[in-house]
Amino acid sequence: MVGLVVFSVQAQTLRIGLAEDPDVLDPTLARSFVGRIVFTSLCDKLFDIDEKLNIVPQLALSYDWSADNKAVTFKLRSNVFFHDGEIFDANAVKFNIERHKTLAGSNRKGELSLVSSVDVIDPLTVRFNLSAPFVPLLAQLADRAGMMVSPKAAKSEGDKFSQNPVCSGPFKFVERVAQDKIVLEKFNQYWDKGAVNFEKVIFQPIPDSTVRLANLKSGQLDFIERVATNDIEKLETDKKFKVSKITELGYQGITINVGKSEAAKKNALGKDARVRQAFELSLDRQGLIQVVMDNEATLGNQWVPPSNTFYAKGTPIVGRDINKARALLKEAGVTNPVVKLLTPTTSDAQRLALVIQAMAREAGFDVQIQSTEFATTLNMADQGDFDAYLLSWSGRADPDGNVYSFHACKQPLNYAGYCNQEVDALLNQSRTEKDTAKRKKYFDQVAAKVNADRPIIYLYHRNWLWAYNNKLQGVKNIPDGLIRTKGLKLAS
Amino acid sequence: MFKFLVSRILSIVPTLLLVSMMVFSLQQLMPGDPAKILAGEEQSPEVVAYFRAKLHLDDSLITRYGYWIKDVTSGDFGVSQRTEQPVLQLIGTKLPVTFELATLAMFFALLIGIPAGILSAVYRGSVIDHGVNVVALWGLSTPNFWLGILMILFFSVYLGWLPASGYVSPVDDLWGNLKTMIMPAFVLGNSIAAVIMRHTKSAMLGVLSSDYIRTARAKGLSEKDVIIKHALRNALMPVITLGALELGTLLSGAVLTEQIFSIPGFGKMLVDAVFNRDYLVVQGTVLVTACGYMFANVAADFAYFVVNPRLRR
Repeated sequence: MVGLVVFSVQAQTLRIGLAEDPDVLDPTLARSFVGRIVFTSLCDKLFDIDEKLNIVPQLALSYDWSADNKAVTFKLRSNVFFHDGEIFDANAVKFNIERHKTLAGSNRKGELSLVSSVDVIDPLTVRFNLSAPFVPLLAQLADRAGMMVSPKAAKSEGDKFSQNPVCSGPFKFVERVAQDKIVLEKFNQYWDKGAVNFEKVIFQPIPDSTVRLANLKSGQLDFIERVATNDIEKLETDKKFKVSKITELGYQGITINVGKSEAAKKNALGKDARVRQAFELSLDRQGLIQVVMDNEATLGNQWVPPSNTFYAKGTPIVGRDINKARALLKEAGVTNPVVKLLTPTTSDAQRLALVIQAMAREAGFDVQIQSTEFATTLNMADQGDFDAYLLSWSGRADPDGNVYSFHACKQPLNYAGYCNQEVDALLNQSRTEKDTAKRKKYFDQVAAKVNADRPIIYLYHRNWLWAYNNKLQGVKNIPDGLIRTKGLKLAS
Repeated sequence: MFKFLVSRILSIVPTLLLVSMMVFSLQQLMPGDPAKILAGEEQSPEVVAYFRAKLHLDDSLITRYGYWIKDVTSGDFGVSQRTEQPVLQLIGTKLPVTFELATLAMFFALLIGIPAGILSAVYRGSVIDHGVNVVALWGLSTPNFWLGILMILFFSVYLGWLPASGYVSPVDDLWGNLKTMIMPAFVLGNSIAAVIMRHTKSAMLGVLSSDYIRTARAKGLSEKDVIIKHALRNALMPVITLGALELGTLLSGAVLTEQIFSIPGFGKMLVDAVFNRDYLVVQGTVLVTACGYMFANVAADFAYFVVNPRLRR
């Protein structure tokens, strides 16, 4: 009897092991990937994405672009409440967008920079006016920029809001003990409460992947994210657990300093596109995936994986060709070029750098690994103090989020210092085009140009690796790597 | 004694000031721009500028130190730039956790170290002495992270007796708290137990060969009384000193142990704050740690008074 009661209480709580401790719990200020996992249970957004990256309704039911693409009108879901009992309506949307745009330290300001104003048409209709057409806005609203917090709580709590966040998601905030746990409990007024099957969700940050896995195996956790690649094989044969492998939206790449600083002009790799092509040809992507990622990644050569609608099929992955690489170096008049490869100190990055070094040596490259802590690599990259830089990106649902900030001139993440007016024009046009097929054509052209210039050599797309109790049902494998707790349930 | 204690406590103030200057300036030597780390993956220029202004990063080092020390002396340690939680609140929630871990670790260390040291000294050269030496050497040479992982795999995954990691407050569930703390406290106390054992043994050997012990034996006291009442009491002096000094080892060891067992204590907070360049958290944590260290030394001085009657004269 006691055993049954204990099981029943445990069954009502979902315990999820996270790889890091989230940062600030305010969608306006939040900056980390892991924080987005918690927000997915805590804060509903105007839209969400599904497994195929389609934009699907959440707090907004539909959208309607104006003829000139400079305004978009949203119909909102009715009978939605915030966790403090306040009603969600068009005024709340207006408040939230303005808060995202004006709050000091807001990380959403850039994402919503083209939203010039928000008009409340009626309580359930709201219009966003844009200073220029910006189709990726919908994808932004399917992430933190679309998360809605209670205006009343935001006003009354001020800068302490993040310590007691009030949203409208399936679970409401209970407590947070930094580096220990974040506890959420079922929100009984949730608009889709039939899909919420747990009374509580507890997120526990456990950075060590071995310990995270030990917790899953000993039954302390029901679900863990970012399982170590070398643990997957054994987990797949263990009938007590299930494994999800989801190709990420982001990528692992090598950013090359082609114009960030004077160093670009002094280095053969930065100066000559043929040397960069030779460098790429010296690498065996499949080998990298096998050695570094235990085969838990997908081959890639663009900012989106080959399975993505926006992948440019006209720019295919080129295999390793040492002879051609040597010929290109000869043609460029370069012998044994030295490449300083800036590498963060994480074990994955170190392994990757070592394999790249060994592979590139066969074509005549002398790769010198500069291993530095991540904070320092960011500074060095920003100052252009590198030849090549191993950098990964967690990815965004719309391709614009993976390419614009990296390849448009003078953008904050353009560490390569790449600037091509044609690419800029194409990227800007892609932002104005609603039709997917037409938009894809712009990206096809961008891919062809970027692939020729190679400011980033894209290597592969990692798998999000999850492991969970085999009784857990309803797991949605969405490529953004965020765990949807709504819809999850334990099989009886 | 009162005068002595007051003078010892007052001597802490300039030391703390020096520590505050050192931790502040050393942190500035750390490479990387904290504003860029705090700005997250997107690296929005507005957010980077916001953090630069908020942390006064464009001011001189002395001005920045002035801002901080002024706030600290008025009891405001600031907020964590990463989580927006007040630093004092963070310290307040983490300190008892690490304190509990350190106390339990010290308990394990003393529980193992002192009897082992006594046995080793009393049965010098015997199988027991060699056995204790082997165990001590093993304790000294076993890395915390390795022992921790092994214990997790054996006691949590294989036997399922103890939780693999995490922390339960003793206020919520005392038994649950002990279950989460046993493994980390043992791992942390393990290496210190070896050090304590060796010091106890050498102190006991010195004391056991002294005249007053011979006199005690000649008086016909039982061997148990000679060892426990006469020898151990004097031999404990260097062990107490060592205990206070090992507090530093415990706190630094706690950094790794807390990381392995995901215990939300001081050490884990400090490591995370260093990597995230969360300056105010690092500075506050180090300052409080230094405070604790200094008060532990004062406490050791006080313990000398209690244990050694000659100092009370």
